[in-house]
Amino acid sequence: MKLTMASSPHNHSHKSVNKIMMTVMAACIPGILVQTYYFGFGVLIQLALALITASLAEALVLKLRGRAIWPSLSDGSAWLTAVLLAISIPPLAPWWITVIGAFFAIAIVKQLYGGLGFNLFNPAMAAYVLLLISFPVQMTSWSPIQALTLESLSFVDQLAMIFTESTSQGVTLDVWRAGVIDGATGATPLDSVKTAVSQGLTVNEAMSKQGFGALAGLGWQYVNLAFLLGGLYLLKAKVINWHIPVAFIASLGLASAIGYIIAPESEPGTLFHLLSGGAMLGAFFIATDPVSASTTNLGRLIYGAAIGFTVYVIRQFGGYPDAVAFAVVIMNMAVPLIDHYTQPRTYGHGAKS
Amino acid sequence: MSQLKSLFQEGTWQNNPALVQLLGLCPLLAVTSTVTNALGLGIATLLVLVGSNFTVSVVRNWVPKDIRIPVFVMIIAAFVTVIQLLMNAYTFGLYQSLGIFIPLIVTNCAIIGRAEAFASKNSPLLSVWDGLMMGLGFALVLFVLGAMRELIGQGTLFDGAELLLGNWASVLRIEIFSFDHQFLVAILPPGAFLGLGFLIAAKNIIDAQLKAKAAPTAEEVKGPRARVTNLN
Repeated sequence: MKLTMASSPHNHSHKSVNKIMMTVMAACIPGILVQTYYFGFGVLIQLALALITASLAEALVLKLRGRAIWPSLSDGSAWLTAVLLAISIPPLAPWWITVIGAFFAIAIVKQLYGGLGFNLFNPAMAAYVLLLISFPVQMTSWSPIQALTLESLSFVDQLAMIFTESTSQGVTLDVWRAGVIDGATGATPLDSVKTAVSQGLTVNEAMSKQGFGALAGLGWQYVNLAFLLGGLYLLKAKVINWHIPVAFIASLGLASAIGYIIAPESEPGTLFHLLSGGAMLGAFFIATDPVSASTTNLGRLIYGAAIGFTVYVIRQFGGYPDAVAFAVVIMNMAVPLIDHYTQPRTYGHGAKS
Repeated sequence: MSQLKSLFQEGTWQNNPALVQLLGLCPLLAVTSTVTNALGLGIATLLVLVGSNFTVSVVRNWVPKDIRIPVFVMIIAAFVTVIQLLMNAYTFGLYQSLGIFIPLIVTNCAIIGRAEAFASKNSPLLSVWDGLMMGLGFALVLFVLGAMRELIGQGTLFDGAELLLGNWASVLRIEIFSFDHQFLVAILPPGAFLGLGFLIAAKNIIDAQLKAKAAPTAEEVKGPRARVTNLN
């Protein structure tokens, strides 16, 4: 028998980077399926585009940096970035949106900072912010959910719309988005509530239109619930800690509850905020990125709460309808500071005498 | 002569105000959205730098050390006012599009930096040359960054050149390629930060390659050099 001396930590969780990334991607599957059900095959086409671009960009930069390509590529972190970015992009956005976004996320936000583990910002969200401020029209043109459209698009039509910006019959995205059932618009629930409130309508009037369900936006509520399900699986699998999602949800919920008490006619309420836009995806999949998030438990609570609060402030008072990406990127910048002030005391050091 | 040459190298490359000293970043990042704006501000800064360096150098022996900074700022502000009035008179469109960044030349650290570090210690002629070279280095970086951002952002070069050079210059506008959608980030401030980062990285790569090329010859020189010092 051979006894080997290994350095601490002796207890190993046997989680490789690859395994963690694959688990997170697997947890995304319910959300992706629900999103595909409501918004069409465009979701999957964007996913494929993002995966291919991210892999090529990662391989290219690794080659330029003189690193071995396969070990880094196969850890799956680039693929996870691609998945998160593709989910956030409107399903029928032109192909170059996804290609630019995935390339920027991998080549610039991740690899130029030194690759996995060194990136200051969450690559998917930084790329999303780049796309949103560069191409505001394309990035806010979400398709109406399939149940509300007069004519549904086939897979081939959606493919044609993504690559040539119109179907074989010459229907462009704008024309198709205009052809929805009376009273509904192609705007996302967050967007239409915001527009209605700015026009002087109350939230109840805004939400009595087509496109709103029992909890929040039609379709969107189930997409968010599906991501919540995936997130709970991640908690169960111990891939993420509870601190960030709980702090995120509690802070967003509390802020919107206070807002609802103060101004009920211009404030859609807690449930709407939690089940709209990228709230659940952000809480469980994006804010919990182990590289760019805070690393201490207290820090995670502060980080998650700050993101939730920022999301609420930007949604309610800012110029953009949704804010998860902005909030995450802003708080990424604060992480070194948070980590500095929340270092746990190690045994034998730093006690107050 | 060799001093003039070394000042030329310092200003345009080795000690470039924008790429190495990283001074004057505020106007550098804010106005380089097009080549025209970049050139306009670059030339304005160059003229102020030459004028202020000359004046500071002329009065250097009469200015008490304790109040030199306020004096320098007054001199710079005077030149900026002159440039501002000139631009208001002759290039009004550019004057409007540069806006607050013309008066802000006063606070450009590259200018007061040269007044303090060079002009207050050297003769007027050398100071003028130093101001010219530093201004040239700054203007060149502005020009390159402006060209990058304009090309990526809207696919053109020299858009609106008539604002700077008069009506004949509208023929200078080159449309390299046309987009249906502008790549807005290149024109917005984040694009300036990214662009400047890439320029600095490119400069460092070139420097590293030059160094790698020069390294073997330095070793060859090493042998005889020992004997030279012995002779001394």
